[in-house]
Amino acid sequence: MIGNSSTNRMPSYLEYQGKYTGIRAWILSTDHKRIALLYLYSQLFFFLAGLVMGLFMKLELIAPGQQLMGPATYNALFTVHGLTMIFLFIIPGLAASFGNFMIPIMIGAKDVAFPKLNLFSWYLFILGATIILVGIFTGDGPPDTGWTFYAPYSLKTNTNVVLTVFGAFVLGFSSILTGLNFIVTIHRMRSPGMGFFRMPLFIWSLYGTAWIQLLATPVVGITFLMVVADRVLHIGFFDPAQGGDPILYQHLFWIYSHPAVYIMILPAMGAITEIITTFSHRTVFGYKAIAMSSLAIAFVGYLVWGHHMFTSGMSETARLVFSFLTFLVAIPSAIKVFNWTATMYKGSISLEPPFWWAMAFIFIFMIGGLTGLILGSVSTDVHVHDTMFVVAHFHYIVFGGAGLAFFAALHYWYPKMFGKMYNKKVANRALLGLFIGFNVLYLPMFFLGFMGMPRRYYDYLPQFANLNLLSTIGSWILATSLIVVIVNLLRAKKGTPEEMDDPWGGRTLEWKIQSPPSLENFEEIPVIDHEPYDLIEK
Amino acid sequence: MSEHKNHISTYKSQIVVLLCLIMLTVLTVTITSVHLGPFNTAAAMFIASVKAAIVLLYFMHLKFDEKIYRFMVTLVLAIYAVVIIITFFDYLYR
Amino acid sequence: MEQNHVEHVDHFDPVASKLGMWLFIFTEILLFGGLFIVYSVYRYRHPVEFHLAAEELNVTIGLINTIILLISSMTVAMSISALQLGNKKFSLILIGTTILLAVIFLVNKYFEWGAKIHHDIYPGSDFLMSLSKGDMLFFGLYFFMTGLHAVHIIVGVVLLAVTYVKIKNGTVTQERYSLLENSGLYWHLVDLIWIFLFPLFYLIH
Repeated sequence: MIGNSSTNRMPSYLEYQGKYTGIRAWILSTDHKRIALLYLYSQLFFFLAGLVMGLFMKLELIAPGQQLMGPATYNALFTVHGLTMIFLFIIPGLAASFGNFMIPIMIGAKDVAFPKLNLFSWYLFILGATIILVGIFTGDGPPDTGWTFYAPYSLKTNTNVVLTVFGAFVLGFSSILTGLNFIVTIHRMRSPGMGFFRMPLFIWSLYGTAWIQLLATPVVGITFLMVVADRVLHIGFFDPAQGGDPILYQHLFWIYSHPAVYIMILPAMGAITEIITTFSHRTVFGYKAIAMSSLAIAFVGYLVWGHHMFTSGMSETARLVFSFLTFLVAIPSAIKVFNWTATMYKGSISLEPPFWWAMAFIFIFMIGGLTGLILGSVSTDVHVHDTMFVVAHFHYIVFGGAGLAFFAALHYWYPKMFGKMYNKKVANRALLGLFIGFNVLYLPMFFLGFMGMPRRYYDYLPQFANLNLLSTIGSWILATSLIVVIVNLLRAKKGTPEEMDDPWGGRTLEWKIQSPPSLENFEEIPVIDHEPYDLIEK
Repeated sequence: MSEHKNHISTYKSQIVVLLCLIMLTVLTVTITSVHLGPFNTAAAMFIASVKAAIVLLYFMHLKFDEKIYRFMVTLVLAIYAVVIIITFFDYLYR
Repeated sequence: MEQNHVEHVDHFDPVASKLGMWLFIFTEILLFGGLFIVYSVYRYRHPVEFHLAAEELNVTIGLINTIILLISSMTVAMSISALQLGNKKFSLILIGTTILLAVIFLVNKYFEWGAKIHHDIYPGSDFLMSLSKGDMLFFGLYFFMTGLHAVHIIVGVVLLAVTYVKIKNGTVTQERYSLLENSGLYWHLVDLIWIFLFPLFYLIH
């Protein structure tokens, strides 16, 4: 028995007292579990801030004409909403929070390879967020360029582009260092017997993600530096008046930002794999296929960025090449869905809240993915590019995909991280409300886009009124349900070790140790002599 | 990853590497001062790549390290190369 | 609740540090890689202007700087061998030489840039804005890329200086020389970038 029996429990990492006390014990801690919670709390805070901005946007769109704000404010709102949700919530995503918490435990280690660097990554995260906040509330005010900062407008607009883009640069650094840390951790700190093909699939997904963080982020980093150079030094990289090519900006931006969506979704899919496997009470179907598909997605994801640029003015050849490659990248994602289904087949399924969240994920993610095919094919994309269709698509994939998986993971690992259990009935009902609200909010946008309603406009033509009203109502249902979800988690009750150590019957290492884990996770480093997801008698 | 015994480069080998690099540099300057049209750039880039490979293999010790480092470097350079090539699908055919 | 203070044991793992430095080097390759993409696109579009603009640069200084950097790569590589062989003093001399060569490189750069600025060629200058688009892009890229490269030289110098001090006070030794090895790797990266910058800016004929 590698963990801690109830007669031999150590103080949990939450109670542990080291050199510091109070708040310093948290913001100076190099314990990967505390850093994970620092990320988790910050990310949830930014998510709620972004949510409020989204609600205000939907409020403006509730009817034709101006309701609360003029176009300039609306433009700033959708820019900051995008920046917040993307850079401050979903790109750090499951990796920064659940990855930090679970990687060492799942591979049988006491911490990550570079614990101090890990804490430094969080500092950079907060610093980047602060710089962006300063950009929003001071000087020339928040940028109105969209989170994509397209040139040449981003070079000309009299808003705080330099500050915001620099904040994003700092955030990128945070992401790079986390990726670096995770790669070294996975290579060097697996416990004896845990070869690469005995690691949990969540780790595989984080491994692929880490490589994307490492190799793609620098490209947008240098691109943002060039935007700053253009604005401050008048170099002219992307300014047509000086010979620059705005389309080149788009190339460089999306060379990062497309792989970035795989940074968002890979850890999410990894968590879903863990959840489905656990609640099917059998070993996962197609372990190697899932592991390899994570790497395949990471690699092919570098080749498809131009599908964001079909109407930008690229050559026809480029458009065809990108469209073809885009269809290729759908294949490894589909492989995962097939494997999840096959895992559930003839499994003994227990219908617990994390499992329902995972089912919601599969349903919503598939809608998002299938609508991606319409966007990936040049001829249909030309019709719906820059319309609400795109907005619907990425909210289905990113929010309904990575976002739902984030909450699924939270419900799954909650007892492990905190030693508490939430009210399962409330969790399930809140999920139902959220599922309904989500679809009422976003499904109409597909139709609106098809009918020709553009995105990033604060107003619209009268024929779009009914669906917009419906969509805004959906946003309220969604928001209310989300609040219920979060309050339900906050009111979780402490349980006994028997209840909390392994409430779900999990088969990965984290379920073999006490809840919450002790400071060093294991009394002694486990030696692994079985295949992943094997049922081991305790 | 287990390590084999540490390989220590000799001073002599490092001097030899430097001399090769300097020779290649001089070669680059000479070649580009002759008018070869588009082949000038290709030649210069080719020689630069050879120099880079020498630095990577000898000074940066890749030749004597575990295979995984060479594998990773190759992978990273391959991804970078593919990205440039795909970008030029736009610019070559506009 | 009181218990014994558990120390986070610092496991000595030079492989982890080396792997970490290589991964960091990969990010630098992609960082400069983005700029090389910009360079290739704009050179492809303005071949003649790039050719003409490049003639404003002094090949001799560029060549000297290239050789300086190559020598500095050798000296830092040698310093690692020296420390591995137990020649602490020689290692320190070699590191000092590397730093000295780096400073000379920067001084040359300072004069090069100074000359350009004296002739009103710098980003945003009225004169530069009056030239052709290809000229503006060439010099914009020249200043930005060599400038960013110079920043990395400074970082490298700082790393080497810290290493020097730690060898002197015995923290970095014949058995534990990761810091020197990894600083060396970083230094070679700086050299690698220049190996490509030199022909692309100075030798376009």
